[in-house]
Amino acid sequence: MAVVFDKPHALTDVPMHYCPGCTHGIVHRLVAEVIDELGIEGKTIGIAPVGCSVFAYNYFNCDMIEAAHGRAPAVATGVKRSDPENHVVFTYQGDGDLASIGMAETVHAAARNENITIIFINNAIYGMTGGQMAPTSLPGQVTQTSPYGRDTKHCGFPIKVCEMLSELEGPEYLERVTVSNVKNIVKAKKAIKKAFQNQIDGKGFSLVEVVSTCPTNWGMTPQNALKWLEENMLPYYPLGVYKDRSAKEETK
Amino acid sequence: MAKLTFKTDKCKGCGLCVDACPKGLIKLANDKINQKGYHPAAITDESACVGCAACAMMCPDCIIKVER
Repeated sequence: MAVVFDKPHALTDVPMHYCPGCTHGIVHRLVAEVIDELGIEGKTIGIAPVGCSVFAYNYFNCDMIEAAHGRAPAVATGVKRSDPENHVVFTYQGDGDLASIGMAETVHAAARNENITIIFINNAIYGMTGGQMAPTSLPGQVTQTSPYGRDTKHCGFPIKVCEMLSELEGPEYLERVTVSNVKNIVKAKKAIKKAFQNQIDGKGFSLVEVVSTCPTNWGMTPQNALKWLEENMLPYYPLGVYKDRSAKEETK
Repeated sequence: MAKLTFKTDKCKGCGLCVDACPKGLIKLANDKINQKGYHPAAITDESACVGCAACAMMCPDCIIKVER
């Protein structure tokens, strides 16, 4: 019998601390599968964020560094520039980390077309701190700090990171994917692989935004959370490639 | 005919694999509790499984090994 599917080597045996049904685990696995397929485990350095995925350094077999809140792209810049030929550097960040406190680092790393890969998990809520409103929370979304729903008069509108960065000259590749079902997981893996390949080819800043769930803080079962994601998140955060400079230049 | 191996102790009983199986072969074992305190996922009829690995791809904790 041939093994069709098993845990990738780049993922450790440590049981993940995530809540049942949290899609962080799926994205961790996709990143690990890509590291395995590209054969870069020995030279990959991951930057863990602050947030639910703060313990990401326990789950990946490659070297990991823990950054201060939101500063992962800055740390990644330093690591990558110290030895650009021999390192593959990726950050793994949530929406509270990347789109709130770390927005400046994200935008400037993109503007500089820094040759790093960013995996951005957007679940429209602060997970680790107990479900507060995030910059990406949807209008009308009920959270701990918006019990009557996000009121755009007081709290403004959610930030669409891919759309925003796509206006910059800098970034090489921006794509938004989701992991709501098997088909979307296959597409997400393809996007993550491309983001890593771009870095190996020296093309520059690649960001993959993964629209994810937070069953615990949304107050839903994992199944209902995936349904809610497809019905509410995806209309606001449309999937697709927002920037792919090399592909655009090839077609010219 | 495929062979599925579940690392039952790591299962959190989220049930995403139950929904992912196109043949509806996976159920949460309501008569069992693992060391984490969850009802772990298990396959009901292995002979009907074609080994598509949809359950394993959906599993957030990577507990399912699929052989075919």
